Amino acid sequence: MAIDWMHFTPWSALAGGALIGVAAGVFALFNGRIAGISGILGGLLRPAMGDAGWRAAFLLGLVAAPWVYGLVATMPVLQIDAGFAGLVAAGLLVGIGTRYGAGCTSGHGVCGIARLSPRSMVATLCFMGTGFLTVFVLRHLLGS
Amino acid sequence: MSIFSALLAGLIFGLGLIVSGMANPAKVLDFLDLAGRWDPSLALVMAGAVGVAFPAFRLAARRQRSLLGTPMHLPTARGIDRRLVTGSLLFGAGWGLAGFCPAPALVALGMAEAKALVFVLAMVAGMGIFNLLEARP
Repeated sequence: MAIDWMHFTPWSALAGGALIGVAAGVFALFNGRIAGISGILGGLLRPAMGDAGWRAAFLLGLVAAPWVYGLVATMPVLQIDAGFAGLVAAGLLVGIGTRYGAGCTSGHGVCGIARLSPRSMVATLCFMGTGFLTVFVLRHLLGS
Repeated sequence: MSIFSALLAGLIFGLGLIVSGMANPAKVLDFLDLAGRWDPSLALVMAGAVGVAFPAFRLAARRQRSLLGTPMHLPTARGIDRRLVTGSLLFGAGWGLAGFCPAPALVALGMAEAKALVFVLAMVAGMGIFNLLEARP
């Protein structure tokens, strides 16, 4: 392993992470809920009574973040290397997996670990593990 | 009010993803590439987020109702079962495939990235497939 010092951005990572922590904290204290994006989105597909409004509002805030960011700073350029088939396969795996596993990077990774939930720690180790493995296979065994 | 605080939380969450660089799949994949030139940034995003959220969840766990008076809906599940593990393993494989997890994909969708739209549609389809599998007797 060699650390990529060129692209390592410790301060913006910590600052951005702190903002994510603020968002999760606000949501827990004011709404009494976990800021788990897969759960919020998944629940919107079969909303219970009176349950759709806050879900849609949270997701709207997420989608609108680049517009707000663009008012004060230049938007970073995204690099999305996956092709069409890769994106579809990835989306299906993420959609099914996050619902079966009841959470993703936000719900288990951020909120769950912050709650010291053993369940979420196991989930995080699992998805980190296959994340590392998948990139290893793609980049170093298949050489894409 | 709870709609407004949800909107605000989503907005701050999205801004955090942009500031941290995690809205960019290439940066996420550089974190997941342990055997290559490793970018540890994502670990610090997690550390920053968990560090700030930790006291908030400590306070939230002690409350019967939220600050807006709504019922608390914090998770009560404790079991570590096959569903949790299998689902998380599948999710990680998809995450490593494109570098997108749900929140960054939605932020990228807001940036009108066509590829993010493809991913999000497939993700929603995956969630729909899960619902169908769950509904089976």
